Amino acid sequence: MSEIALEIKDLHVYYGSIHALKGISLVVPKGQIVTLIGANGAGKTTTLSAVAGLVRVQKGKVIFEGQDITNKPPHLVNRLGIALVPEGRRIFPNLTVYENLLMGAYNRKDKDGIKEDLEWIFQLFPRLKERLKQLGGTLSGGEQQMLAISRALMSRPRLLMMDEPSLGLAPILVSEVFEVIQKINREGTTILLIEQNALGALKVAHYGYVLETGTIVLEGPAQELLNNELVKKAYLGIA
Amino acid sequence: MTFFLQNFFNGIMLGGLYALIAVGYSMVYGILRLINFAHGDVMMMGVYFAYYSAVVFSLNPILSFTVAVLGAAALGFLIDRVAYKPLRKAPRISALITAIGVSFFLENLAVVIFGAIPKSFLDVFKDKSILEKTITVADARIPLLTFLVIIVTFAMFSVLFFVVYKTKIGMAMRAIAADIPTTSLMGVNVDNVIGFTFALGSALAAAGGIMWAMRFPNVHPYMGFVPGLKAFIAAVFGGIGSISGAVLGGILLGMIEIFLAAYFPSVMGYRDAFAFIILITVLLVKPSGLLGKKAIEKV
Repeated sequence: MSEIALEIKDLHVYYGSIHALKGISLVVPKGQIVTLIGANGAGKTTTLSAVAGLVRVQKGKVIFEGQDITNKPPHLVNRLGIALVPEGRRIFPNLTVYENLLMGAYNRKDKDGIKEDLEWIFQLFPRLKERLKQLGGTLSGGEQQMLAISRALMSRPRLLMMDEPSLGLAPILVSEVFEVIQKINREGTTILLIEQNALGALKVAHYGYVLETGTIVLEGPAQELLNNELVKKAYLGIA
Repeated sequence: MTFFLQNFFNGIMLGGLYALIAVGYSMVYGILRLINFAHGDVMMMGVYFAYYSAVVFSLNPILSFTVAVLGAAALGFLIDRVAYKPLRKAPRISALITAIGVSFFLENLAVVIFGAIPKSFLDVFKDKSILEKTITVADARIPLLTFLVIIVTFAMFSVLFFVVYKTKIGMAMRAIAADIPTTSLMGVNVDNVIGFTFALGSALAAAGGIMWAMRFPNVHPYMGFVPGLKAFIAAVFGGIGSISGAVLGGILLGMIEIFLAAYFPSVMGYRDAFAFIILITVLLVKPSGLLGKKAIEKV
């Protein structure tokens, strides 16, 4: 068993009287891609938001690289090395593409490193380089997704969390996004991926969890889940 | 021509002062969707800081103004921390009512500390000859003070635009105006940036207030009310939330007031009413203001 990057223990989150997460536990080993699949409203986004510090955890623990980060404010979670590509991309529409990327590197002081990472990102997404001076709000959906991923990478995270990166993209872009996710992982970044596109996610992931109405109902190596009857029926549309 | 020039410079000066104060309203609104009704009173406190550091602690004018501007910045930061920060997640109306409360608090605090009897700001200057000097531009005699005020005002705008558009914290301010949670995900301590925004706006308001007091030297605890209100109207006129809008709205409002009063002296007594007519017209015809974007409700 390799080292553990992120561990979530018996996590409970409430929105008012709604019990959104009912005791979730999961482990993300270092260097792997772990995916959390499930239908709309299952609690996937809530799980990531809880780790990132955007929603309050009522009970349970979030442990990153051995350190308890439960209910730490988002900016401190980011500084520890966790980046989130939020649901709906959340590009800053009034900032240029370049400024959006710099926002990702907000806490970094190493100018040379930032330059290096920008070059790496332009290799990953050549189209962003052509659009550097454009306002973020003028990009197409696919370009915004690339920018959102790049912006998160600019903080050089050790754990990258992605919330539905394939949502709303043209099919050709969807496979491009999954390829990029694998590429980023091969360069050494641990990834926690949330997807409704279960097939795409399980194909690139090492390990998977299935979430239903706030509870994990199934887990296993991604290959096994792909062949699991329940997963096939409920999430892959294979009867 | 002479008459026009005199009024032109007066208009730029008055408008610039409105603009300096209006920027603070607009920046805070852009970030928190809050009309900070205490803004005019922060300006008033700034003027008192300048008055006391010059008259009581006998600092020279430049030094006392610097102290006052920094003091007002600290006060703005403190007001956000104590009064508005605890209400970040509360309904917007709570913060608005709190702003009115802070306004009353500052006014009454000033009565207690500084006294209700008006003071003359001219006491700040030991050598009053500077106030008498004039410069002649094409036959028009313009007070030197007017020029100084205009120069300082535009210097401050340059600094402001540099901070907002060329620095890292300015970038964070613009990011926060678009999306607070996502900005915090970038590792930005949002509360500090908001505090900095209050400090910056308050510093500009204090600078505006000090220059206002050189022209209208009656210093009293309620002196922030009228310029505060006018600056608010200027911010709405230009498009609240937009910094360049606040600058444009302020200068236009000052120009309109001065020129209407100059060319239609019979309506001089209604000068303050012009501002409100502009406000009502803008709200009826183009509520987003001259440079404002169409209102996108935040969800």
